Amino acid sequence: MRDVAVIGVGMNEKWGELWEKSFRDIFVEAALNAIDDAGVDKLDSMYIGCMSGGLFVGQEHLGSIMADYLGYGNIPATRVESACASGGLAFRQAYIEVASGMSDIVLAGGVEKMLDVDGGAATYALSTAADQEYECFHGITFPGLYAMIAKAHMHKYGTTREQLAHVSVKNHKNGSKNKRAQFPFETTVDGVINSVLVADPLTIMDCSPVTDGAAAVILCPLDLAKTKFKNHPIIKVIGSGHATDTIALHDRKDLTWLTAVELAGKKAFEAAGKKPTDIDLCEVHDCFSIAEICVTEALGFFEPGKGGAAVESGATAIGGKIPVNTSGGLKSKGHPVGATGVAQIIEVTEQLRGASGERQVEGAKVGMAQNMGGSGGSSVCHILEVN
Amino acid sequence: MGITGRNWREYPQRYRTEAAKCTKCGKINFPPRLICPECGHREFEKVVLADEGVISTYTVIRVAPSGFEDEVPYAVGIVELKDGVSTMMQITDCEPEELEIGMPVKIEFRRVQTEGDAGVLMYGYKAVPVR
Repeated sequence: MRDVAVIGVGMNEKWGELWEKSFRDIFVEAALNAIDDAGVDKLDSMYIGCMSGGLFVGQEHLGSIMADYLGYGNIPATRVESACASGGLAFRQAYIEVASGMSDIVLAGGVEKMLDVDGGAATYALSTAADQEYECFHGITFPGLYAMIAKAHMHKYGTTREQLAHVSVKNHKNGSKNKRAQFPFETTVDGVINSVLVADPLTIMDCSPVTDGAAAVILCPLDLAKTKFKNHPIIKVIGSGHATDTIALHDRKDLTWLTAVELAGKKAFEAAGKKPTDIDLCEVHDCFSIAEICVTEALGFFEPGKGGAAVESGATAIGGKIPVNTSGGLKSKGHPVGATGVAQIIEVTEQLRGASGERQVEGAKVGMAQNMGGSGGSSVCHILEVN
Repeated sequence: MGITGRNWREYPQRYRTEAAKCTKCGKINFPPRLICPECGHREFEKVVLADEGVISTYTVIRVAPSGFEDEVPYAVGIVELKDGVSTMMQITDCEPEELEIGMPVKIEFRRVQTEGDAGVLMYGYKAVPVR
């Protein structure tokens, strides 16, 4: 296996309701920004994370259409799907292809256009990441699944309604400093708790939004990065982990524990030769406030049951013990599901380059990204280090 | 989704709560599977799920998916049955405020969706609190 570096990153200028731009154009825009940022003049291959082009815009066969419109019409291009972890998994596949020696310059991108359909259709498309026959049949939604995890966590550990709200407050505070964020405003604990109830105990301000957006990064062998691509500090991929779990929440032995996250994290830590205390910042999959609490426990940043108290204490704020979701997370930055995992890599890369402006974690050397599909049925983790 | 009445395939599970008990390790799989996730065995005995259990967790849906808009608010929970099986279902004949984790429930045959994508009434199981 060869060492691999991230040499270019690109997103849309802003995520949100991009009605004036087509599905293909939002992807190409992000991909061109990554290509320009890296300074590459060719691609050997590309991977595109997308959960459901079919249900959101009626478009499949994404490898071909995206490679074509990017001007690389004949390269191998692969669409990767693992629900909301599609982007993280696309990055992992690109990493594996470069590490294996099969290709040198590979683009890992993600895209989702979720606002061309109404709320009901978007809810349906997202619900296909759950068990259609034994969960969705009974009228459950994704907010409902995470609400059940929240209820179980509150019952088992005494996690409070206020602690859940602190996740959204922190992420919106970080996101207010991110010009690419869909909702770059601050909020309060009362603002979160008193917003519209979606599925008890979660309100709409516990939930990440639906978003149009794309993200892309360029990977190449570390040796090539050192000799040829010197635009930026070199960011090395030092660990990658991927794991799955039961798709149905009710098949898990502990409803408060995300086993796929724990296992993907352990694999990434082991490959990197790092432990949770070595991580300077982490982007995690806060699709719902409770998800961030559970993920910070499953990755080993906090003891089981202590994630709520940790966010309340400020341990996960910028300047805290382990800054989490400096980008604003899915909650504030937006959550175009297939693009999210790639955008997490971008935030970590920019932090390690020292290019995050007001959100900069001082002296950040090692960063982690954790992406998750469904109610925890899949997870992908990566650890990056500035060389 | 689709025009075929694919719901019929699930009738044994939804109407009769039929499960597959592994003849090697004894794990009851609901829905039935072709291979036991516990021990890898491939032979099963057909059993009917226990009709009593307790609520492991629950939520009250305020924003419903299509087909359930007229039902809000309604409770959905995970019920751990007396035979060890945990599965998801609506919790009905109760006010959302009454519900608690650990509350005993009984499983009953009920209408789950008024009209599914196949254009038919869809029946199945729901939990009712035992008072």
